Amino acid sequence: MAASKKTKPKKSTLKVGQDELLGYYRDMLLIRRFEEKAGQLYGMGQIAGFCHLYIGQEAVVVGCRSAMQEGDQMITGYRDHGHMLACGMESRGVMAELTGRSGGYSRGKGGSMHMFSTEKKFYGGHGIVGAQVPLGAGLGFANKYLDNGAVSLAFFGDGASNQGQVYETFNMAKLWDLPVVFVIENNQYAMGTSVERSSAETELFKRGISFEIEGVQVDGMNVMAVRDAAQKAITHARSGKGPMILEMKTYRYRGHSMSDPAKYRSRDEVTKTRSESDPIDMVRARLLDEKWADDDSLKAIDKEIKAIVADAAEFAQTSPEPDPSELYTDVLLDAEV
Amino acid sequence: MAIDIQMPALSPTMEEGTLSKWLVKEGDTVRSGDILAEIETDKATMEVESIDEGTVGKIVVAAGTDNVKVGAVILQLLEEGESASDLGAATAAPEPAPVQAETSPEPMSEPTPAPVMSSSAPMTAQIANDPDIPTNIKMVETTVRDALRDAMAEEMRRDETVFVMGEEVAQYQGAYKVTRDLLQEFGERRVIDTPITEHGFAGIGCGAAMGGLRPIVEFMTWNFAMQAIDHIINSAAKTLYMSGGQMRCPIVFRGPNGAASRVGAQHSHDYSSWYANVPGLKVVAPYDAADAKGLLKAAIRDPNPVVFLEHELLYGESFDVPDMDDFLIPIGKAKIRRIGTDVTLVAHSRMVGRCLEAAEILAGAGIDAEVIDLRTIRPLDSDTVIESVKKTNRLVCAEEGWGQSGIGAEIAARVVAEAFDYLDAPPERVFQVDVPLPYAANLEAMSLPGTEDVVAAAKKVCYVD
Ligand SMILES: Cc1ncc(C[n+]2csc(CCOP(=O)(O)OP(=O)(O)O)c2C)c(N)n1
Ligand SMILES: [Mg+2]
Repeated sequence: MAASKKTKPKKSTLKVGQDELLGYYRDMLLIRRFEEKAGQLYGMGQIAGFCHLYIGQEAVVVGCRSAMQEGDQMITGYRDHGHMLACGMESRGVMAELTGRSGGYSRGKGGSMHMFSTEKKFYGGHGIVGAQVPLGAGLGFANKYLDNGAVSLAFFGDGASNQGQVYETFNMAKLWDLPVVFVIENNQYAMGTSVERSSAETELFKRGISFEIEGVQVDGMNVMAVRDAAQKAITHARSGKGPMILEMKTYRYRGHSMSDPAKYRSRDEVTKTRSESDPIDMVRARLLDEKWADDDSLKAIDKEIKAIVADAAEFAQTSPEPDPSELYTDVLLDAEV
Repeated sequence: MAIDIQMPALSPTMEEGTLSKWLVKEGDTVRSGDILAEIETDKATMEVESIDEGTVGKIVVAAGTDNVKVGAVILQLLEEGESASDLGAATAAPEPAPVQAETSPEPMSEPTPAPVMSSSAPMTAQIANDPDIPTNIKMVETTVRDALRDAMAEEMRRDETVFVMGEEVAQYQGAYKVTRDLLQEFGERRVIDTPITEHGFAGIGCGAAMGGLRPIVEFMTWNFAMQAIDHIINSAAKTLYMSGGQMRCPIVFRGPNGAASRVGAQHSHDYSSWYANVPGLKVVAPYDAADAKGLLKAAIRDPNPVVFLEHELLYGESFDVPDMDDFLIPIGKAKIRRIGTDVTLVAHSRMVGRCLEAAEILAGAGIDAEVIDLRTIRPLDSDTVIESVKKTNRLVCAEEGWGQSGIGAEIAARVVAEAFDYLDAPPERVFQVDVPLPYAANLEAMSLPGTEDVVAAAKKVCYVD
């Protein structure tokens, strides 16, 4: 299995420029390497509790992000490290939150599942499956109310797409034409349950039909396809036409969380997806094909990314634990009256 | 320098495991993401993936080795341009493994409570409220996890209308393995995986109960039952009353409640006092395996809706369980777990273990504590507590959740109202710090009440320092 021959990854012929493609490569690789390091730190006991890795799904968030404008917001569940890095949050601050240190985005009080950056318009980081969907529509509601021209993107899983509050939200989002895009990251499993075993309608992009919400299925392993679909949906939402649903067909390579032995799928299934549809390999192949990069220049990028991640890991392990006084802060704000 | 690949931890509490199988051999090239080996603990088998690229230089720990410490070097990987000679230095270094083990982290989670129960003698005599257990009955050491499982399996054998549903209860065998093997024995009709739709399946459960079945609805954790609380309260708890006694809703809602280890605020909430507040529900929160089994069997047979609060950090703890055909514990009866004369310590669920530990420490300080395990928090057996306070004249209530409107507040109010003249000190309460549970290890440890807090409270009511 290991040391297996590499089958050729699928090719993409969608339009893209050199700088753009190198940017995608770099952004996806940063997420991949960051997550691998997080997994390693978990194995060393530096990170505890639940830790959900994004490995395999990188193209979804990187493609969507590239279609967003300044001021647009993002919100997701607990599998959130990739989203934060894509939003431009610092590797150091994210990793230090994973280790529960004062240098983390929530000063160690949130952990892997709960981080936020109002500056980068990242609204979390939520642990309750499905909760981010109405919250994301609420951000859209505020955008419309304030007439600020921003669009909010709410990311959720195939499992989350069965929660009742998702449909209550769909109805209101369309009824009021809120500027929100629903991005379903269909990685085919909710913990150990495959979509087929949990969903009467497995084509999740159709879930908005009875609310008159247009849905599109997208190859979520192809960053260019994601970008194109996201651009269309975001423009649609920004122009006042209301929400769209994007079903991103993707795959998570690792277990649901660190303690999931993942016995519900075969190793072949994982290996096949990895070798044939890996989003990073696909971009890499295109870069080489177009002669926009060669082995050496790609190695240089790898090295640079490795250094960022190593620095983040070092920071995350040396940043001090939060001061004990932090236990009592941030419960309530002082009211003015 | 070759890259040292270490034995990883699968969970914060894992200290060692078995290296069951290598999937690479020396000389293989490895890419990041390739699976190197399979490792095994008592709970699971997991694959170790490489996050580096290189050539397998040396397999340090052979396949089939047991008790490999977390952090020990299991394989050395050669980076591009390195050869086996680069390994020489690394492996020749004296005893590389122990050095690594030294740097391996302390387990982050709180140490699991010592099984004070099973060993100390005075306990066995104290089952005044339990059915008589014939003296010739064998005791079998059982984990709380298996006791709960056995209770469900026995009741499902006994009554065709009992079924289990919830997220990951069937094929995955339970997110915490509490429903292990039930699918194999009872099949898909009676062990049902649901989508992640708590409000929906709790409602379907209530409807099925009204329709004549006896559902056991598992919540992966009680945190997620907040999605479903409307049905638990409006549909399950109130219907008998609203229907003038016509409608029944015999259902058990169960799952782990309260803080686990390092999972943050949204996954660490103790709901004891929330459900204890609601007429029309019974609320059970056992500590040891025998109670878990006997009370869950009673809950499944109960004609009322029962909220059954388990504790994730107790699932793996072992206790004696009587090997009897039909071991039932009545709902609504507290249990005196340790007889004492100087102070009454009252708790439920995991805090019972803390109180028993505290009692041992207090004994060393000359304070003889009585420990009462509430077991059921609605209906609340305050009689047992009040009788005890009449003897000890001092009360400490301990719970894992927040203090305001908590179980301890309720007990203290009842004791003050009914045994005021017997009290030699104002009741003390021990509870979680009044903030959402933080993730950071140091802050989490400060938040949750522990043995020392119980000891301090007991000393305070005894006016000892
Ligand atoms: C309301 C609620 N129910 C259950 C859980 C436990 N849980 C956490 S993640 C998860 C699976 C979700 O799967 P999916 O939505 O497909 O997202 P993915 O993990 O694949 O990214 C479950 C059941 C939860 N956090 N919240
Ligand atoms: Mg999923």
